Amino acid sequence: MTIKDIKEALGARLICGEELQDREVHAACGSDMMSDVLAFMKDRAVLLTGLCNPQVIRTAEMMDVICIVFVRGKMPDESVIEMAKERGIVLLTSGHRMFSACGILYEKGLRGGAPYR
Amino acid sequence: MNDKIVLKYDVDSDDFTRAGEASSSVKRKLKLMGVDPDIVRKVAISLYEGEINMVIHSYGGTIEVIISQDKIEMILEDRGPGIKDIELAMRAGYSTAPDNIRSLGFGAGMGLPNIKKNTDDLKIESKVGVGTTLRMIVNIP
Repeated sequence: MTIKDIKEALGARLICGEELQDREVHAACGSDMMSDVLAFMKDRAVLLTGLCNPQVIRTAEMMDVICIVFVRGKMPDESVIEMAKERGIVLLTSGHRMFSACGILYEKGLRGGAPYR
Repeated sequence: MNDKIVLKYDVDSDDFTRAGEASSSVKRKLKLMGVDPDIVRKVAISLYEGEINMVIHSYGGTIEVIISQDKIEMILEDRGPGIKDIELAMRAGYSTAPDNIRSLGFGAGMGLPNIKKNTDDLKIESKVGVGTTLRMIVNIP
């Protein structure tokens, strides 16, 4: 699944990273808790979140996240967008709530990894 | 790469706009040096967790990263309240982070356990009222 496919499935708006939309995404993670993202996320994934602060971009950078979807229509400010551009991370914003956005992507075949024990 | 490369950074307390800059810089340098992506990821996660801890809990400190052929050592030294009970702090889910930190997406009590998971060696020295030093090693196989 490409970032473009995710954008279309979620009826999302592209904030930045137009030239990177054809990149393949292999897994997804939905969380507002960056601690959990750092502990459980797989690489080359899309992160769905309702948080808009600079730490979301930093966390994404550490985890090699290639795309962030802000749910509930959230919009980060200019400085956060700039950080994402510098790091080659695509930003999308979708009006869907977290549960729905994750459900839609799951239905399209995207997975989040094995259960944690 | 025969010689050791030493990188040093200052970390300020409570500066969440800059929190993670040191980890970000180290990650970029390791990538440029062609270090295995899995190793880079382990270092980036451990260092970032440690750096965030310093920003949240300490009064500031320094990060030193020593890159050699067979390992990457990270020494995080801070001035601050210290950790009263290290064993308790290592327990997944235990956190003393205040509510405003949780609203930033941290404070789940996963930091130190996550560092342990991603490093080959972790040593914590802490003195209450003085500060904490973390020594972590990620081996390069």
